[in-house]
Amino acid sequence: MNVTIVDYNSGNISSVINSFKEVARDKVKIEVTTDLNKIKSSDKVVLPGQGSFKSCVDALNNISGLVDALNEFAINNKKPLLGICVGLQMFADVGYEETETKGLGWISGKVSKIDNQNGKYKLPHIGWNQINIVKDSKIFKGIENNSHMYFVHSYEIVPEDKNVVSATTDYSSNIVCSVEKENIFGTQFHPEKSDKVGLKIIDNFINL
Amino acid sequence: MLKNRIIPCLDVKNGRVVKGINFVDLQDAGDPVEQAKIYSDGGADEICFLDITASNENRDTIYDVVKKTSKKCFVPLTVGGGVRSIEDINKLLNCGADKVSINTAAVQNTEVVVESSKKFGSQCIVVAIDAKKNEDKWEIFTHGGRNNTRIDAIKFAKKMEDSGAGELLVTSMDRDGTQVGYDIELMSKISSTVNIPLIASGGVGSLDHLVDGIKLGNASAVLAASIFHYGKHSVREAKEYLDSKGIPVRI
Repeated sequence: MNVTIVDYNSGNISSVINSFKEVARDKVKIEVTTDLNKIKSSDKVVLPGQGSFKSCVDALNNISGLVDALNEFAINNKKPLLGICVGLQMFADVGYEETETKGLGWISGKVSKIDNQNGKYKLPHIGWNQINIVKDSKIFKGIENNSHMYFVHSYEIVPEDKNVVSATTDYSSNIVCSVEKENIFGTQFHPEKSDKVGLKIIDNFINL
Repeated sequence: MLKNRIIPCLDVKNGRVVKGINFVDLQDAGDPVEQAKIYSDGGADEICFLDITASNENRDTIYDVVKKTSKKCFVPLTVGGGVRSIEDINKLLNCGADKVSINTAAVQNTEVVVESSKKFGSQCIVVAIDAKKNEDKWEIFTHGGRNNTRIDAIKFAKKMEDSGAGELLVTSMDRDGTQVGYDIELMSKISSTVNIPLIASGGVGSLDHLVDGIKLGNASAVLAASIFHYGKHSVREAKEYLDSKGIPVRI
């Protein structure tokens, strides 16, 4: 089996690579690439993302054919894909960071700035927060409810269909922090930086 | 609920820890990779490396340390010390650092903060502010505390937030190394001025100082070096103590 981490100049993905390699050991091949054929033929795809919604979407679009390849992989062929942080946010129809930007449109909804209640809450939302698991997601196998995960973000995904939400976290409001829609998975938190419990989520995804 | 973070900091010089943990079972007490691993296994919420390598020819040693640590520690890793340019930041991130802290360069040229937060995202840009009290205000020091810029630390903190910093690491030069506690007034002044998280640093000698940093200083995270060294307190002890004082921590 092979898992492909999409390297599309979305910022720092070293930690994602390190964590997947740590979990995969010699059992699973971890590829880091933008090669469209490799992505299409891969068993699983990881879509990381750091920086702004706009910068990540622009970076995706800058690689000719990449969005089509991802659509073919996740929508037509229904193979497992995991989006992390802005990687998850891009599933939405539209994002409002910097300027209004069209997303991949896989999960209907938008990405908007977290309401910090007039400065009562600090942004970015940085640090360890607990997740409330609201749906039996396959990537949460063996993960206890209220586990701590590492977050760093100022924007949140707001899906129209609440049935896709698999976990939320409490900050200035109740924030969606994980989604599962058929073969598409996403975490707002960083499993690659969430110690052993985060690595377990990665292990669950690899073993889907 | 978001938890307050405890961040042990390791001073690294020429690729070796300067003041290390004096654990008997350590194979190599000077190895930053091994010490970082002990901290992360012990429940540290993040690890911070401060590179204090003086000579330019040995500057590359930190990259090797970061590379090795990031393959073993799966909690956020912040690296600071001698970060001058976008290229330095890029190199550290590529080696596996999750955040980079910028000190002197941010004071000399705000554009470094503006550009790097645009290029890499605010989430990985920490601005380190070293401040010393002078009568009724705090002034920024650079070059490891040797150079007084006379710049007002509170105003500078606001400017860094506006420039795109994701967090501020505030160190009181008066308190650093004294073990008498954080400069609470400085921390709370900056924390109430900015809307980004503040990491308090400089002066921790007891677990009560960590409590004060969060409760009185309004810090989101507390950084300490020496109390975790020589096994005086473990990270776990610190967390249990904070928990007993009603501070939310990840246990």
